[in-house]
Amino acid sequence: MAEELSELFGADWHVHNRRTRILRFAALLITAVLLLASWQALGVRYDYVVSAPTYLHDLFSRMFPPDGGYTGEIIAPLIETVHIAILGTMLAIIMALPVAFISAYNTTPNSVTYVLGKFIISFSRSVNVIIWALFFVIIFGPGALAGVVSIAVRSIGFTAKLLSEATEEIDFGQVEAINATGAGPFLILVYAIVPQVKPAFVSIATYRWDINVRAASVLGLVGAGGIGVELQTSVNSYAWGSVLTIMIAILGVVIVSELVSAYFRKKVS
Amino acid sequence: MTESEEHTVQTDGNKAYPGMWNPPSIYYNKYTKWAIYALISLFVIWSVLDLQISLDRFIVGLGAGNKLLSEMLPPTATSRQVDLIVSGLIESFAMANVSTVIGILISLPVAFMASENLAPKPVYYVGRGIISVSRAFHELVIAIIAVVALGFGPLAGVVALVFNTVGFYAKLLAEEIEDMDEGQVEAIRATGASPAQVLIYGVIPQVVPRIVGLSVYRWDINIRKSTIVGIVGAGGIGITLLNAFNRYDYDFGITILLVIVAIVMVGEGVSSYVRGRVN
Amino acid sequence: MHKITDLSKTYPGGEEALKNVSTTISGNEIVAMIGPSGAGKSTFVRCVNRLTEPTSGTVTLDGVEITSLSKKDLRSARRDIGMVFQEYNLIERLTVMENVLSGRLGYVSNLAAFRRKFPEEDVRQARRTLDRVGLLDHENDRVDELSGGQRQRVGIARAILQNPKIILADEPTSSLDPETSRNVLDLLTEIASDQDIPVLINIHELDLALEYADRLIGLNSGEVVFKGPPSDFDESVEGTIYRGEEPGRAADSKGQDAGTGDQILTSIRE
Repeated sequence: MAEELSELFGADWHVHNRRTRILRFAALLITAVLLLASWQALGVRYDYVVSAPTYLHDLFSRMFPPDGGYTGEIIAPLIETVHIAILGTMLAIIMALPVAFISAYNTTPNSVTYVLGKFIISFSRSVNVIIWALFFVIIFGPGALAGVVSIAVRSIGFTAKLLSEATEEIDFGQVEAINATGAGPFLILVYAIVPQVKPAFVSIATYRWDINVRAASVLGLVGAGGIGVELQTSVNSYAWGSVLTIMIAILGVVIVSELVSAYFRKKVS
Repeated sequence: MTESEEHTVQTDGNKAYPGMWNPPSIYYNKYTKWAIYALISLFVIWSVLDLQISLDRFIVGLGAGNKLLSEMLPPTATSRQVDLIVSGLIESFAMANVSTVIGILISLPVAFMASENLAPKPVYYVGRGIISVSRAFHELVIAIIAVVALGFGPLAGVVALVFNTVGFYAKLLAEEIEDMDEGQVEAIRATGASPAQVLIYGVIPQVVPRIVGLSVYRWDINIRKSTIVGIVGAGGIGITLLNAFNRYDYDFGITILLVIVAIVMVGEGVSSYVRGRVN
Repeated sequence: MHKITDLSKTYPGGEEALKNVSTTISGNEIVAMIGPSGAGKSTFVRCVNRLTEPTSGTVTLDGVEITSLSKKDLRSARRDIGMVFQEYNLIERLTVMENVLSGRLGYVSNLAAFRRKFPEEDVRQARRTLDRVGLLDHENDRVDELSGGQRQRVGIARAILQNPKIILADEPTSSLDPETSRNVLDLLTEIASDQDIPVLINIHELDLALEYADRLIGLNSGEVVFKGPPSDFDESVEGTIYRGEEPGRAADSKGQDAGTGDQILTSIRE
């Protein structure tokens, strides 16, 4: 009896069936091959890799202690960095609202606007903020204006994409109910759509703000204002103590901005 | 939940209902609300003045933009320039691949360290500290430092991207771990499994599906970042782009840019596909 | 007096949800649509205010032909039709008061509504209505903090604020337990008599329909198979409506036509 049973119920058991196992193996193989090929392509010399920690340690010891006196000189550029981040983010949010509206399949007026919205989002997101800065420095000249516009243009795509996704996920029943009271489209937006999207909106806005504060700190490297300029100068003149000062300052700004973001997120959830 | 209530027919005429109502507000009172609005407006005005943003600068800019556009089009590249693009792209792509893998490998232990429900308090703080520092800096800042320490080239770029990846990846992974269903872990523990087995059977299966999606997501991001770290000399096509612009070679510049956009879109396509299949 | 004539709805996929359904609704009667799932009850109710667009037929409300109105005029007409939904469809993140006042959205300007500045008379009526449905103490609570029964009462209050000429209720009790369901139906009955307006309810709980309705309309596969007061309802009527049997056939006859097989399938589909 036991033998017949064990013939009926085979002892051969695997988590995944054959096809899945082959697929997973293939995926792993491809990844491994790609990884090896990439490592080869980089042509990194192994002695460099091995000595890297030593060099890094060497640099860090030269950066320490930070140059306290330098702090006075970087206050103005720091403030400019924050200005750039704020203006750029605000501008982006304002412009992203209509783009998000036409990019959500449940709120877009017609298919042309839908495609247009998706295109704007894709275009804005595909180009890095630094590259946008390269353009806008040529157009507006070096300085913070180029920085603000770069951050704004890049952030529109990010913000509008997430906002449109949040809009697509709303409970349509609430929209129907307001529609049934005889309210016009504007009021349907204000009463049924906005309250549902508000928490996501604050979360997206603060998320992008966090990213933009960091981006604003490096725009100066291509001449678009902010503390990036001072960073580049300090590095070029081997003033490592100043470099560390700048990095600590950036860290400070980032921490403060994250605290503010967290506060707003809590308030609206 | 049931409520029992009396249904008495009310005669309206006897009760007077107040006609004043104010909508709820997240602000303490009216004055805080206006104070905050005023502060924000002042700050914005200050920013605008400080940055010397004016309408005529904008208009001049539009004219310059027009001129730039005409110089950029049509996109061109000599055969030597094409070689530069190809080698730059390959280097960027390779940098993205390598730094994603190394970054993920380092992130895994850090993520477990930074999970409130798995790690003891001191370890948790260390893990969160690593994540915060790693996330605080833009990859270009780290790339600059790396270039100084390690010289120009992709090694610096890989180091910068790995550093950047760890903060991002470990944070999201730690959040996934903290969000997991404790009930499943408890059930495995109740069978008398060892801690390692609890990890293998209870924690890992919940976390692994997310790991795949997260990894592809970060790979896509690293592809984008690898195209620009070259601007500070950390390898990849970024330096080619910078040089083209600095030399006013705008038609070459736009070519490079279009190629970068193309590779970014391919990365995004792969990422969406894989994440769609995994979910 | 409200007339619905030959209302039909065919969905793009070919499904005929309603086939020439007609009825007249007047006074302060409670009319209950009953029938199996997928019979078209919900479609019918939703066609009255054109949340679902009928394919053909007319709906006339106090002389106004709803079905031929332009979008703009339809909006005005909808102010006179209050609606209560199965899933309440309240704005969860807003307070009770805001939800009740949203019944007046068809009457206030965009700016006023944006700033939540409703006329005093509306605010008074809102409070009066909340007191009436027993929720005055919850005026500033967020809707997602309330129970199902409380939410439905807010939904009813919203409909009342419209000062409508008719109230439509699409399965108002399906998400509620039996006792709460009775409370809600009691409330609707009182309102119908106080405001002197009819209520058209789509309901699948047969016992509640028999208890509360003044008049029943039985639908099966989109067609009217029964019209009459609950006193006319018996086992054979139940068979006609719910099992598609021929009218007048005794309930103990177990034989089924070939046709009823399809009808049962249609009713299970949903």
